[in-house]
Amino acid sequence: MTVTHSAPEIATSQSGPPSPRAGRRTSVWSGLWPLAVGIALAAVLHFVLPRLIGQYYSRIVMDIGIAMIMAVSLNIVNGMTGQFSIGHAGFMTLGGYAAALLTYYGSLSIWGTSLRHGGFLGVGEWMFAVSCLVGGLVAAGAGYVVGLPSLRLRGDYLAIVTLGFGEILRVVLQQTGKVIDDAEALKAAKWSQFFPPPVGGAVGFDGVPKYTDLFWVYTFVTITVVVAYRLKHSSLGRAMISIREDEIASQAMGVNIARNKVLAFVLAAFFAGAAGGLFAHEAGVILSPKDAGFQRSFDYVIMTVLGGRGSITGVMLAAVILTALPEMLRDFEQYRLIMYALLLIIMMLVRPQGLFGIHEVWQLWPGRGPRTAKKKT
Amino acid sequence: MHSRPSVSGHRFAGIGSFLPLLLLLALFGITLPGCPSNSSNSNEIVIGHFGSMSGSEATFGQSTDNGIKLAIEEVNAAGGINGKKVRLITYDDKGDAREAGTVVTRLVTSDKVTAVLGEVASGLSLAGAPICQENSVPMISPSSTNPKVTKIGDMIFRVCFIDPFQGSVCAKFARGDDLIASRAATLTDQASPYSVGLEEEFEKAFVALGGKMTTKQTYQAGDQDFSAQLTAIRSSGPDVIFIPGYYTDVGNIALQARKLGIKTPMLGGDGWDSSKLGEIAGKALDGCFYSNHYSPEDPNPRVQDYIKKYQAKYNATPDGLAALGYDAARILFEGMKRSKSLAGADIAAELAKTKDFDGVTGKISIDKDRNAVKPAVMLEMRNGKPKFVSTIQPDK
Repeated sequence: MTVTHSAPEIATSQSGPPSPRAGRRTSVWSGLWPLAVGIALAAVLHFVLPRLIGQYYSRIVMDIGIAMIMAVSLNIVNGMTGQFSIGHAGFMTLGGYAAALLTYYGSLSIWGTSLRHGGFLGVGEWMFAVSCLVGGLVAAGAGYVVGLPSLRLRGDYLAIVTLGFGEILRVVLQQTGKVIDDAEALKAAKWSQFFPPPVGGAVGFDGVPKYTDLFWVYTFVTITVVVAYRLKHSSLGRAMISIREDEIASQAMGVNIARNKVLAFVLAAFFAGAAGGLFAHEAGVILSPKDAGFQRSFDYVIMTVLGGRGSITGVMLAAVILTALPEMLRDFEQYRLIMYALLLIIMMLVRPQGLFGIHEVWQLWPGRGPRTAKKKT
Repeated sequence: MHSRPSVSGHRFAGIGSFLPLLLLLALFGITLPGCPSNSSNSNEIVIGHFGSMSGSEATFGQSTDNGIKLAIEEVNAAGGINGKKVRLITYDDKGDAREAGTVVTRLVTSDKVTAVLGEVASGLSLAGAPICQENSVPMISPSSTNPKVTKIGDMIFRVCFIDPFQGSVCAKFARGDDLIASRAATLTDQASPYSVGLEEEFEKAFVALGGKMTTKQTYQAGDQDFSAQLTAIRSSGPDVIFIPGYYTDVGNIALQARKLGIKTPMLGGDGWDSSKLGEIAGKALDGCFYSNHYSPEDPNPRVQDYIKKYQAKYNATPDGLAALGYDAARILFEGMKRSKSLAGADIAAELAKTKDFDGVTGKISIDKDRNAVKPAVMLEMRNGKPKFVSTIQPDK
């Protein structure tokens, strides 16, 4: 692989020169501190926020977190690599089903009940966290499969393939079997009941234990954002950006286009799958095949477009605005969806390049150049 | 920096065009504090309603809301509940389970309502009910027929019959003197829990009564072309087609079936019940039947009195969902009046004792599973209007 030194001019001018790391001893810490800080902040959010603003607003903050993971991960494919994917909710739903399958039947066979087991950071929560990661891996596998056609297709054609993935998944999930209700029924169940998997069919997968809380959501947000940020500023990320800007030119520079495109899909699908796990275990949510449909995918596509191509902070802000906006407009009652659409149109007219364009938030601050971004890493 | 003039130039342009965005954020700031207006006035009781006020099943939420509002107007005119006035907060959930979870959380934890009414669709009630149960707020679903809903816990009630009853009513009717059908085909919305559940129960009862299933076809809510399924049904030669769907699709299916020359009578459940059904299907559904919670033609004075009041207020004939919303609200108020306090557990205990409540949708008793035991009515479509055929009592 000769990717490392072949990133073209265009890419470097956006993200600043690659920041050379200082001494080797500090590099481990400098790589880990954003994660540590993020997870600590997530814990603070978890304990402080519900008392400060109540359950309802905390729930919106939680939904914002899940939307952030989705939007930032989709941004790797749509924003950074420039491949137009509109099947992101498909990966999310697949990961959600995989994770819920694990925790639900795991809880039933270990503890005999599908209810929550253990408190904060208890056994149940770790099982939940692991199954979210497994959900991510399952989705990543699907991402690999969906990523393959992107080697031959681009633009609208690729969009149709990814759209097809979500729709196929939706129909397949509707054909699944009934949920096995309790531990005794599970023991008595025949092998044939596990194929197709008993995840509820059209009715949706109900009874999944409710583990999702602010801590886990923002822990995953932190991981997603740190990985996306490091990716963007790595040689790999610059190679992806070069594919977005000009595929032929970047191939001429020695970028392995096939590998980078598939990698973008796999990475994005992984985080979407993990977000799906979080979504499936959220209180007041019943995972249903409908979630895999294109409507939900479009929510996230809108976030990446509004946020700006490849801008992580822009996309995060878009996730905040677009998740909170419909809730804030609730006072307008039946006109709120009209208002929502109207505001979207206005925002796109005012900022056609997205909130921050291709920049990050600190690059837009007056008097600060892209160079200062180096300090933030 | 001088080496990248384009970047810095863009930066300054960016600040200028950010102004509208800042205005937008300011709008956030204005709406945010204006949201929770839950000044818990000790002289009023706040109840919440979540329903699909927009989206493809919008008439469901709107009708139910009208029914609830009428009941509230009545109880307030009669001096309220033990001297306290009732106030309603309604939120739209777009027919989306995730939104339902969010708005119920808002009702229960932010608005601090005493009780919750809703939802029509079973899938949405299943999303909202655990939140009510967890916070000990009684919830009455006016018209979710899936048995799972009330199994969530002792705070969750319903005032409508459940799918096994409705399925057996339809099967009995199909086998009975009006249709004398021995072969049935079904056309199910495979994405809807309501439709799938009702189909299963119908099939079970129909086969148990000696009938035979010819074919089982499926569609997806929102499909526009049903000709493939209808052709398959036609070639299987049924005496009756059972379509447990919602009114929009049923109307389209009926139109296309008649175009294909299918004259077989169709049969359905309470999902057909909407004034829009006749508007969509016209005369295509003439001679078809559906089971429902009540009929506006029922001569019972209780029903006629209700219809008069509803027409005076909304200038429209109430459908079954409006009647159920009205009954749900009135059963809730009766329970509150009897309850020794407004704590959730006390109200729930009184609701569970409801017996032979004289509702618009029949005599309602709440059984030990918090389901309503009550009769169903069969309606026939004639000239695009539902006409009363018979009342079918529950098995004791």
